[in-house]
Amino acid sequence: MTTLKESPSQTAGPYVHIGCTPHQAGLARRQTGATLGTNMVTGNPRGQQITLDITVLDGTDQPVGDAMVEIWQAGPDGEFNSTEGFSNWGRQAADFNTGLVRFLTLKPGAVSGQAPHVLVWIAARGINLALTTRIYFPDEDNRIDPTTALAGERAHTLIAEATDAGYSHTVRLQGKNETVFFDV
Amino acid sequence: MPQTQTELTGPVFGHNVIEPLDADLICNYATPGESAHGSRILVHGTLQDETGRLLPGKLIEMWQANAGGRYRHVRDGYLAPIDDNFGGCGRCLTDDNGRYSFRTILPGPYPWPNGGNDWRPAHIHFSVFGEGFAQRLITQMYFEGDPHIASCPIVQSIPDKKAIERLVARLDMDNTVPMDIRAYRFDIVLRGRHATVFENKLEGL
Repeated sequence: MTTLKESPSQTAGPYVHIGCTPHQAGLARRQTGATLGTNMVTGNPRGQQITLDITVLDGTDQPVGDAMVEIWQAGPDGEFNSTEGFSNWGRQAADFNTGLVRFLTLKPGAVSGQAPHVLVWIAARGINLALTTRIYFPDEDNRIDPTTALAGERAHTLIAEATDAGYSHTVRLQGKNETVFFDV
Repeated sequence: MPQTQTELTGPVFGHNVIEPLDADLICNYATPGESAHGSRILVHGTLQDETGRLLPGKLIEMWQANAGGRYRHVRDGYLAPIDDNFGGCGRCLTDDNGRYSFRTILPGPYPWPNGGNDWRPAHIHFSVFGEGFAQRLITQMYFEGDPHIASCPIVQSIPDKKAIERLVARLDMDNTVPMDIRAYRFDIVLRGRHATVFENKLEGL
């Protein structure tokens, strides 16, 4: 069997928006397509619509203003790529002023053997290798989940807080309460 | 951690996300009949996983500075001027044989504030999707013979010289179109399943 070596990762840099969220870079694109990943709810899918707010903080508790965040999650049925009117993938860059990353999505169902969760993938200036973590929900039984078990006493860094419109979650890149990141 | 269905799956993109000029950065931001300033290049290659399997239908996005080293971005204030005919943004899907190609102009090197006299080598940023989210990659492609590669702290954050070589595109005269455009070859390899060792430091520059 052929064995090739992976292409190494390099930082997304501060101008990631040009390629990934061009509307935010200030590109009124003349000839090219729309920004991808901004709309996850594209029709009238069944399920609970939620606002999922994510803030990425650096080691000094300052929001990372040039973070780009993608999420990948099951639909309400616990399956991927099966819910009509719903994209299981979303992409948002942090607001330049507040650092807030906001997704309008559906609450995921439980994926077989796991508690409901959202995969979170973060790229930003200063990070050579994009970071992968998860978000779990405070109103679910997360004790049955093998990944939260793996995180042990730091599992609390993976659990979102409830808000009026859905959930909010803080990802801490460094420091005492650093979020658990996964080598997948 | 062991990969689950969450990491082994990922979004599927169709041709509906690709506009006709998305893979032509020479023209996709230009006034019709005009084109971007700079040396015309065709960048092409294969997308594979570590087992050598070619990956068809995968989304590759690219972005870059213009020929003078200036990004069309609200936050870039470098001295080199904006090129009215260049946006620096493109995308394509790999074909049935896992191949991709796009046309652009050679980006310029540019200085960056790292405390000294640091210049980025000419580069193109790549965002690549694989079969599953575990393979998701963002990286940068450099150009064969660029003297700034050896002194760039961002490139040199990769500890293995052979790994750096895998990010350097080669001039490809066989696919160069006479009197039109030079070709550069850049093959991309995504992590296979259950890869556990990163070749890169997690954090740094």
